[in-house]
Amino acid sequence: MELLGHLAEGFSTSLSPLNLFIVILGVTAGLFIGAMPGLGSVNGVAIVLPMTFIVPPSSAIILLCAIYYGAMYGGAISSILLGIPGASTAVATTFDGRPMAQQGKAGLALIVAAVASFIGGTISVILFTLFAAPLADVALAFGPAEEFALVLLAFTTFVGLGGDDVLKTIIMICLGLALSTVGLDLISGQPRLIFFDEPGFYSGISFLVLAIGIYGVGEILYTIETSKSAPSVTPARLTFRDLWYGIKEVNKLWKTLSFGSFMGFFVGMLPAAGATPAALMSYGLSKLMSKKPETFGKGNIEGVASPETANNAASTGSLLPMLTLGIPGSPTTALLLGGMVMWGLVPGPMLFIEQPDFVWGLISSLYTANLAAVLVNLALIPLFVWALRMPFTVLCSLVLVLCIVGGFAPSQKMHDVWLIVGFGVVGYLMRKADYPMAPLVLALVLGPLMEKSFRQTLISEQGNVLAFIERPLSATFIALSAVFFLLPLLKYAKRAKRSEGVAGEPAE
Amino acid sequence: MTNKFTRRVAMALAASAALMTAAPAVAGDWKPQKPVEMVIMAGQGGGADRLARLFQSIIQKENLASMPILPVNKGGGSGAEALRYLKDKEGDNHVIMATLNSYYTTPLRTDIGVNIEEFTPVARMALDTFVLWVNADSEIETLDDFVAAVKASGGEWKMGGTGTGQEDSLVTAMLEKEFDIKVTYVPFKGGGDVAKNLVGGHIDSTVNNPSEQLGFYNAGKSRPIATFTPERLAAFPDTPTMTELGHSLVYDMQRSFVAPKGMDPAAVAYYTTMFEKLNDSEEWQTYTQEKSLNPDFLTGDDLQAYFLDERSKHADLLSSMNEGS
Repeated sequence: MELLGHLAEGFSTSLSPLNLFIVILGVTAGLFIGAMPGLGSVNGVAIVLPMTFIVPPSSAIILLCAIYYGAMYGGAISSILLGIPGASTAVATTFDGRPMAQQGKAGLALIVAAVASFIGGTISVILFTLFAAPLADVALAFGPAEEFALVLLAFTTFVGLGGDDVLKTIIMICLGLALSTVGLDLISGQPRLIFFDEPGFYSGISFLVLAIGIYGVGEILYTIETSKSAPSVTPARLTFRDLWYGIKEVNKLWKTLSFGSFMGFFVGMLPAAGATPAALMSYGLSKLMSKKPETFGKGNIEGVASPETANNAASTGSLLPMLTLGIPGSPTTALLLGGMVMWGLVPGPMLFIEQPDFVWGLISSLYTANLAAVLVNLALIPLFVWALRMPFTVLCSLVLVLCIVGGFAPSQKMHDVWLIVGFGVVGYLMRKADYPMAPLVLALVLGPLMEKSFRQTLISEQGNVLAFIERPLSATFIALSAVFFLLPLLKYAKRAKRSEGVAGEPAE
Repeated sequence: MTNKFTRRVAMALAASAALMTAAPAVAGDWKPQKPVEMVIMAGQGGGADRLARLFQSIIQKENLASMPILPVNKGGGSGAEALRYLKDKEGDNHVIMATLNSYYTTPLRTDIGVNIEEFTPVARMALDTFVLWVNADSEIETLDDFVAAVKASGGEWKMGGTGTGQEDSLVTAMLEKEFDIKVTYVPFKGGGDVAKNLVGGHIDSTVNNPSEQLGFYNAGKSRPIATFTPERLAAFPDTPTMTELGHSLVYDMQRSFVAPKGMDPAAVAYYTTMFEKLNDSEEWQTYTQEKSLNPDFLTGDDLQAYFLDERSKHADLLSSMNEGS
């Protein structure tokens, strides 16, 4: 009851005309920033940060959060339309979003992404409202061993043994892990795998560079070859009926959506993890639990909905350790933290006690930001889809320009641009040889996290590998990983047994 | 003697006069044309990070810069990532870097092809302090308790800190040497991460800076045991210093700003003026009081001399440590 009182008071702040206006402005700006490859919520928040002095502190934080939210929605747009993830959080959305766009269902994919994001965002804001304080303790319970086990789980849910060619999947994971070790060792600071003594490799290979290379440049090459002059996408139309149809389709996915929301929220809450592993795990799990896993990666609606729910839920989740512990879970929340410090608010265990007005104003604004984001997003979908009607020759060169700019912008090094071109060509050749690209990207994103937590655990446990299964939380995750890893194998064995049932036991 | 003295004074006067007349003119000549990147040599949530973000916020609030300042964390490899990055930015007028002591220790320990003499010193804002912390649930109340507990653990005592070879590990090594104890040092990406792991019970102790642990201290979740400072800290009047307890362990961490090699002198002047104003701001002065920082402002050649002096001190410290282990 006390909670509702706080929330009601919070709404009295967030529903003021100024704050409502700010929320709409913020999500719209965020949407466009998120949709640009190479520009993410980090850039958006950073650029707007200094301009927020003209409004009162609570409105300023509301504006920053609205941009953060809008960018989460926007990330899906370039993933779907162009096949280039707008941010690392949206990489899983390309797996099915891009094929849907190629089948002329870009509008539907965008609708599904927006609605799924809304559901994920809303469920996690409710969780946040109810459990913010007790959940901070859960975040504390996560040490290096638990972090490792969680990342391992992310890997296994995604990969399993089902679906693609097992050997090729493993090769791609190893390649991704090898690429993730390039640069300076996280723990000792020693340089590793500096190819040709090229100084650019000291900063490692950024996820964005690999993703833009493989999905952007590689995709263009592939499309040029397969379609020659024919348009790559059938011009998509969008009517009100499509919108209704999209919402109905999403409605059928309530299981994926609620699961994705909960998982996204919890994974996002852990300071080390964040929205990217959450989205990948959610995608992997819905593929694993699906009755038709083979349709994933070929334009399955569920494959768009599940990562989008999870990444939005995670973005709310990662606000939790920032507010309650003062520890940001992602680069963007670190900036938000900086913003709060700017207005004399000290995030940490005392914030909820000392500044309840601010905290509840912010929480209630997350509800309005979510609603505003989905409405603005849906309203703008026709505009985005319209962009796809451009002739292929124009679109293709435009995408290539976006790829190069998007790759150059964050680090401003030509080194990265050459890497993008290199990855693009290699990615194209590997795709022709039917190698799956997702495990490669996944390994590069999760590899450093996994290595760091693995080594930290071993150091603190005097090299005792059993430490991972001696701690209850990490043991649970490891057991789950084992199940997910073997599940497809069991399924396969069962099927084999059934078909061979007549002929007796299988030889093994 | 007198002769030398007066000459020095005269030089100083001339220099300051030149600065006073020249600085505004030079600063007026150059202004950032785009947002300025503020590279941070550490991960998010640590002491260096929080401080850099505080500087950014004061600069923005007091309108000390005409363009926004964008903090960027490059905490990998004990700051090696940031040092390499700064080296690659030679001649760039829109990058400054917030440093800590790994500014000298990392290039000393690792061959990353960086010589800090090449960088342009801008301003030293403060000297940060170190405190030995344990979880508030632990039974350790005094330094003696701590030493006894570490000895009883037989080397399995987990001391968390930032990257190996960085400040925290140096302080830890100093502790080990002084008390003849052995701990397991677990490196994390930043002080925020360390603080969380201490409160979560994943490590047993840390030597975090006060600002990194203060939130949890105020919430009653961390306990200070002793400080590595010459005097007691105002924020923890009941916590003894190591010196008081009969152990001459004093260590501090510089919080400074440097710029890439070959930055336009006009740009350097611009940033120096900016930090001077920042140093005079009331907000910064209050913050240093609250967070137990020593605001010891230093710029230009004096700062470079300080850097080089500290580098040679750390070289000795590191080599004595390697002999020890």
